[in-house]
Amino acid sequence: MRFTASEGSLRTPTYCEVCFWQCAGWVYKNDSGEIQKITGNDDDPHCNGRFCPRGTGGVGMYHDEDRLKTPLIRTSERGKDTFREATWDEAFDYIAEKLKKIAAEHGPECVALFTHGSGGAHFGHLLKAFGSATISAPSFAQCRGPREVAFITTFGDIIYSPERTDIRDTRCLVLIGSHLGENMHNGQVQEMSDAIDKGATIITVDPRYSTAASKSKYWLPIKPATDIALLLAWINVLIENEWYDKEYVEKYTTGFEQLKAHVQPFTPEWAYGITTIDPNVIRETAREMRNASPAVIVHPGRHVTWYGDDTQRLRAVAILNALLGSWGRRGGFYNPEKMKLPDYPVPPFPKPNRMPQDAYQGKYRLANEVVSNGLCDATIPSVERECNIRAWFVNGTNLMAALPDQQKTIDAINALDLLVVVDTMPVEITGYADVVLPECTYLERYDMIRQSPHREPNIALRMPAARPKYNSKPAWWMAKQLAGKLGLEAWFPWNDLEEVLDWQLKQIGSSLDEMKRMGVKKFPRSYDDLYFAPGEEVTFNTNSGKIELYASDLEAEGFAPMPVYTPHEEPPEGFYRLNYGRAPVHTFSRTANNPNLTDLMDENTLWVNPKVAKLWGLKTGQYVKLKNQDGKVSTFAIKVRVTERIRWDSVYMVHGFGHNNPRLSRAHGRGVNDTELVTRVHVDPVMGGTGMRGNFVTFITDEPTDGKEAGS
Amino acid sequence: MRYAMAIDTKKCVGCSDCVVACQTENNVPIGYCRDWVVEVTDGTYPQLEIEIRSERCNHCDNSPCVRCCPTGASHYEEGGVVLVTPHKCIGCGACIASCPYDARYSHPDGYVDKCTFCIHRIRKGEQPACVAVCPTKCMYFGDLDDPNSAVSKVLKKRKFKTLIPEAGTQPHVYYLI
Repeated sequence: MRFTASEGSLRTPTYCEVCFWQCAGWVYKNDSGEIQKITGNDDDPHCNGRFCPRGTGGVGMYHDEDRLKTPLIRTSERGKDTFREATWDEAFDYIAEKLKKIAAEHGPECVALFTHGSGGAHFGHLLKAFGSATISAPSFAQCRGPREVAFITTFGDIIYSPERTDIRDTRCLVLIGSHLGENMHNGQVQEMSDAIDKGATIITVDPRYSTAASKSKYWLPIKPATDIALLLAWINVLIENEWYDKEYVEKYTTGFEQLKAHVQPFTPEWAYGITTIDPNVIRETAREMRNASPAVIVHPGRHVTWYGDDTQRLRAVAILNALLGSWGRRGGFYNPEKMKLPDYPVPPFPKPNRMPQDAYQGKYRLANEVVSNGLCDATIPSVERECNIRAWFVNGTNLMAALPDQQKTIDAINALDLLVVVDTMPVEITGYADVVLPECTYLERYDMIRQSPHREPNIALRMPAARPKYNSKPAWWMAKQLAGKLGLEAWFPWNDLEEVLDWQLKQIGSSLDEMKRMGVKKFPRSYDDLYFAPGEEVTFNTNSGKIELYASDLEAEGFAPMPVYTPHEEPPEGFYRLNYGRAPVHTFSRTANNPNLTDLMDENTLWVNPKVAKLWGLKTGQYVKLKNQDGKVSTFAIKVRVTERIRWDSVYMVHGFGHNNPRLSRAHGRGVNDTELVTRVHVDPVMGGTGMRGNFVTFITDEPTDGKEAGS
Repeated sequence: MRYAMAIDTKKCVGCSDCVVACQTENNVPIGYCRDWVVEVTDGTYPQLEIEIRSERCNHCDNSPCVRCCPTGASHYEEGGVVLVTPHKCIGCGACIASCPYDARYSHPDGYVDKCTFCIHRIRKGEQPACVAVCPTKCMYFGDLDDPNSAVSKVLKKRKFKTLIPEAGTQPHVYYLI
């Protein structure tokens, strides 16, 4: 492999891999050639020259001495984390042999890829060449899936990433459980700050006093799991008072009369009894939205797989936006455009005999992406299924923390013929692998050009700033080598990724050399259609061509065409709803061992209301274990944080801690992994999303209350 | 010339990006920091308020740390920036004890270290690393003697406070409230 990073040069371009926002920036090295700092690229619309703490701390991913260093092959049973070091050639031979056998006996479609990283593009390419389209990202069914499906059924289009929310120019931002500022979705956080500067009204609905709530004119401390009732009441108020955008609704929507009749009983007084939100506040906040209309955003959120009726909740959000006329309007939702690079020419991929959707047998037909938990289910042998999945590639996602119901994941893994994990860190899923392939960090590799939808079409380059440390390699190289072992060279007809990128860039009038200098390149929009023009005729990509307040897609699949509030189970006596969220300095469980970021936060804490703390005799700083409704006890203990910022019926922790792999020296045993306590999953029947907020925990205080620190 | 910083508590989300950017810019060893985030919660559920502040050396006009330094390592630079000259510092820690803001730490290499307002960047016409990175753009830096500087302008139109004014240190980090 060639290494052509401009060694000794001042800076090299990259786009960040610490989270999915993929901000473009510059990597700087010190005099001894070590990577020292990363800063934002001023021309990048994702970050506007400002990285978030995780991106700034991305250097820690490179320096982390606990990184995976060389290929590993399992020597005993799965989950025991016993490996021998192997050469790359041995590892590829091992994988190729198993893959060939699986393809011969069961078909190549039985090989699945789970990915949440840039490496997914390369392994996805390999799988398609192999004959499998069984490719999935937990970012759909464990995260933003419900919002995409809800907005497709309503507006015929998705929200995209980065979100098409025009927060910069909004006059009213409504956040429902979205804790922007704690989740550092960089561009959105920046624009929220701009909106604060411009005096926009922020309304935050959250049972917890989030950072965003503290920046809001209105904080609605809602009883957990009752959001749909509030949303229906808002819709009721807008319609009853004729506060909706009549012209917009008339011109662009269908189903208004049905909606009006549907929401008629859902008054603020009705919602008060469910949500505990004062009816006057419901009316007042609805009025704020109307006053700002159309420059208002009822934000669809991002991690929205909560209670299993999430698509319906997001439908209510979509309907509110339609009534307020915010879709396609300045300060509402803009129409993003992407600069699309042509694919490097390769032969057509073989057509798979089975599509991934066949794995879940007619369920989740409205899901617009592959449902990862559906693939996990389809890995567990069943008489009803013609063929279960036999091999997993897992890249850049720690499935032990990403998929709820860990036991099911383990059952699926135990049924596999082959599990290959590609990662930079020894996260828990690597302990279950047959083969572990150490990927170099994003700071040491090329990846595909970032082509993201935005106000201005733009592309960004990631190139290596340093040679890969240890015996780690980029994913594209692994995919190409494996292709060689599998006789799939025809789909990898190039020597290295530079060739691919340069060819692609030249097709659009740029080049690799130019991108090495610029990092980010912007292009003019093809049409002046960022917003709808006044009076413009717009056809929406729905069955009716209109914005569907009454969703024909949902009706056709046997689901409620308009959202309905259904009460959810409440915590049993002595138990508290387990809520979880993000910290600005961490991404999922990915960063929990990053030396720079653990320096700021090295464990999660359990937020407990003072009333609850008094009842249980809990004090800030004390460690407790947690037990959930099914008797599952947390592996480690968590430090209590007594705070007024949380309701008395729930507790809260940041996701991504409680790592149990001792190879993660800084993260091991620090805090609690919320995922292990999510044993009850409320699957959204519309799109397969895994609702994870219907779990309840109680405190174990009679055991030795030691965290790792106190106990060892 | 009088350098100062203003930090908008209404915009700061407490993400600690200022801390990481400072550490990577200034090679601050892991486990130490020159700036940090303070979050103060007031009230009871659901009547609550939070003030979030990014804190650092206040580069005071009347700096106890400079006064008490026995070797002259702690001194004023141009624009009133308070600095420590590492090779003059004997690590006695008098300045650490004297600082009401707890803004100094003992560097493992044996000297006392603190925020420099990124004077190496200012001299090149750049913003301090924390200001340049802040995703919420809640920090303003500049010369108080220049009425057109970002910091002068924002202090003219916004209410502000300083920390522990009763210590009489005349701090030059202002918090917009």
